[in-house]
Amino acid sequence: MSASDAESIRKQTRTYIGVFVALMVLTVLTVAVSYFHMPVVLAVIVALIIASFKGSLVAAVFMHLSHERKAIYWILILTVLFFLFLMFIPLLTEWDGIKIPRVS
Amino acid sequence: MEIPYNVEPRPDTGLYNAKLGIWLFLASEVMLFGALFSSYVLLRTGAPSWPLGREILNVPLATLNTIILIGSSVTMVLSWAALKLNDFKKFRLWMGLTILAGFGFMIVKAIEYGSKFMHEPPLLPSNNTFLAVYFTLTGLHGLHVLGGMVVNGYFWGPGAKMWKAEPERFTNRIEVAGLYWHFVDLVWIFLFPTLYLL
Amino acid sequence: MATLVDDKLAHGHAEAHHEELGFWRKYVFSQDHKVIGIQYGITALVFLLFGFTLMMMMRWALAYPGKPLPLLGFLFKEMGGVMPPEGYNALGAMHGTIMVFLGIVPLAVGAFGNYLVPLQIGAPDMAFPKLNMASYWSYFLGGVLMISSFWMPGGAAQSGWTSYPPLSNIAPPGQTMWLFGMLALIISSVLGSTNFIVTIVQLRAPGLTWMRLPFFVWAQFVTSFLLLLAFPALQAAAVLQMMDRLAGTSFFLPSGLVISGQPLEVSGGGSPLLWQHLFWFLAHPEVYVLILPAFGIIAEVIANNTRKPLWGYRSLVWAVTFLGFMSFIVWAHHMFMTGMGTVMSTFFQTTTMIISIPSVIVLTALIISLWGASIRYTVPMLFALAFLPMFAIGGLTGLPLGLAPTDIHLHDTYYVIGHFHYVVAPGTIFAMFAGIYFWFPKITGRMMNDVLGKIHFWLSFIFINGVFMPMFIQGLAGVSRRLYDGGASYSHAQPVLEWNVFMSVSAWLLGLAQIPFILNFFWSIWKGRKVDSNPWEATTLEWAAAPSPPIAHGNFVEVPTVVRGPYDYSVPGAPRDFVPQHQALPQEA
Repeated sequence: MSASDAESIRKQTRTYIGVFVALMVLTVLTVAVSYFHMPVVLAVIVALIIASFKGSLVAAVFMHLSHERKAIYWILILTVLFFLFLMFIPLLTEWDGIKIPRVS
Repeated sequence: MEIPYNVEPRPDTGLYNAKLGIWLFLASEVMLFGALFSSYVLLRTGAPSWPLGREILNVPLATLNTIILIGSSVTMVLSWAALKLNDFKKFRLWMGLTILAGFGFMIVKAIEYGSKFMHEPPLLPSNNTFLAVYFTLTGLHGLHVLGGMVVNGYFWGPGAKMWKAEPERFTNRIEVAGLYWHFVDLVWIFLFPTLYLL
Repeated sequence: MATLVDDKLAHGHAEAHHEELGFWRKYVFSQDHKVIGIQYGITALVFLLFGFTLMMMMRWALAYPGKPLPLLGFLFKEMGGVMPPEGYNALGAMHGTIMVFLGIVPLAVGAFGNYLVPLQIGAPDMAFPKLNMASYWSYFLGGVLMISSFWMPGGAAQSGWTSYPPLSNIAPPGQTMWLFGMLALIISSVLGSTNFIVTIVQLRAPGLTWMRLPFFVWAQFVTSFLLLLAFPALQAAAVLQMMDRLAGTSFFLPSGLVISGQPLEVSGGGSPLLWQHLFWFLAHPEVYVLILPAFGIIAEVIANNTRKPLWGYRSLVWAVTFLGFMSFIVWAHHMFMTGMGTVMSTFFQTTTMIISIPSVIVLTALIISLWGASIRYTVPMLFALAFLPMFAIGGLTGLPLGLAPTDIHLHDTYYVIGHFHYVVAPGTIFAMFAGIYFWFPKITGRMMNDVLGKIHFWLSFIFINGVFMPMFIQGLAGVSRRLYDGGASYSHAQPVLEWNVFMSVSAWLLGLAQIPFILNFFWSIWKGRKVDSNPWEATTLEWAAAPSPPIAHGNFVEVPTVVRGPYDYSVPGAPRDFVPQHQALPQEA
């Protein structure tokens, strides 16, 4: 373990603490924002944006994704793509459905 | 018989085996929780009405749990960093805190669930789709937290023997366990606003 | 020819390096990929035989509805030996489930993949041997749980292998066992596929670049991604249905559901279509899991028995990769009849038509590979040659199903059953047989008997067509699937009913035709002609390891270095008509 390796780990540790603080702030923000009255669609978008930002910090910094290898990036991109298919295509299929009037 | 690239990374991919393995496993977990989120979206958009999360669920407790889990992610990565700095005592400390945080999370969850079951009338998953989604998603997430705690507990306890014999391999295992633990935290970061705040 | 393992040398090395494992660690709880592959293989073959028997029973009810079942009538003794409708449904649901999840995938991926991939890439074992063992036992557990459903009150799962709610939600307890079994099976597959991908990426021998991989390995690689990323959707669905059945939730139960005149006392608000989306998100990639390893096996057998390189190796690789990706966006072609609008219907028809292209490319490359070849009509090659037109029929009959206007008439008819069985039975299963005859000498060091093999092939080929070809006729006439009397109570089915007896007799004869195979298999293990490490004169690395490579001692004495592509047959200037992958010719030095 060379001195420069140790130094880089110590620098990383400072980053970890910094990210922790950021995540705490964002968590407070998440809860605070939810008290504003806004239409559901907007609320969802705002919540997802904040959550995505928090998630990206965890992934990039704690999970070391920001300097990972290409192979890992490709696997994750593929997975995210399939996740998006699974998330949106059933929804689109429901919305595009034949609208059979409901008999209550 | 030795399996190559268990510890030292393969030159062309730059990865050691378990690191690739855990990311693949996490990919499958993304699809698992993704399928559940997708189910939630489908059910909610198809429902004539849907309660506001905070009306039924305990936001302060869940916020506390969010803080606990994010904190445990930090202690987890610090435990790995301690090993990289050859500080086994610090590793024990940070990993111990991670496991404790896990206990904290599960206790808060138990309080949450308990208050639902003890409610008059009891709030059960069979009552409506909102509660069904809430219990199923947080329940499965909780099982994943438990699983992580078991693994972390093993590495804090009996598994730590490997540090003496193969320190680099042990450090890699902690990194891999950490990746899983961060992922569990990541899922909660999305689960919390989705269920409690929307 | 040079092998990489000298038996005595290998043994000497072994003694020097580690103690011998006890019986249980060596043969039962083994971490050696070869043992695990054999475990998967034997277990899967037993399940296949069991699933086949269920079908033979069903075919009695279809040929002779209302007549008591011979030999096995005691199973339905309260009904006087006649199979009741619920019994038929249970056999049908379990036949499908067992064949797909307990039979073919474990055989194609768990057995062939596990045994051959490390050998073909020159690795000592899979990347995670303990995980490999866990995968097998998880599969075994899943199988036991599934089969145990037969003993549940009300019988086994009986809502189709597709388990659609609301029916499956309210079905007897056997369905819950099906769900538990499915959870264990999916864990097995996810762990297994992780292992395969890491092994192929990380443990390739020096010189084994991606484009020098045997096509079989590429097929297993893509298959593993399908298993890894598609199965979790069914895992989620199984969890949700478990909650519905055990915790009283209504994920899949709509509001206002009335069963036998009684409104169901549940919260409602659920969506039966949600199950279908989650199920088919897995089950469509699943069918490519069924066929891709088969493509891999057929490619190896064809290359070896034509004594020339495969035509279009790059196209084959591109095709299966593209196929794997596309397989994730076609699933709702199983749902055209669920009230889908024209926009999404068009989307899925388009992706489905596009996905047929890579299959055609694969088939074309394999057929062109025969051109100008010195074909050796060995038993594996007979099965491989038959695979080509059989898979073509299966694939072509899929086209009208993938187009919504024709699917309106054909959905849920026997046409569908004919289509998918052609791909899976004279398709994949023939490829499995080809693989067993082909790699038997590698695994056991002995050859299977040639005469019995040819009898097995010809009888199977004839009778399998007898079972499935008439299904297209019945389907086009409008006979629905999953009818316990084969359509006897429907007037529109009367003109084609006579085919039921024909198909059933073909099925029973097909069963008898497996006897030469079973006898051959066991007899050859002990009495088959002994051979050296490369009886087929093949080029890929597994043939360079010892015949029946030693257990738990690694596969190769020294790690091979690959210097050429996987199918260097008939290389001009070479001393023999094949050059193994790790062998450099003098002129190349």
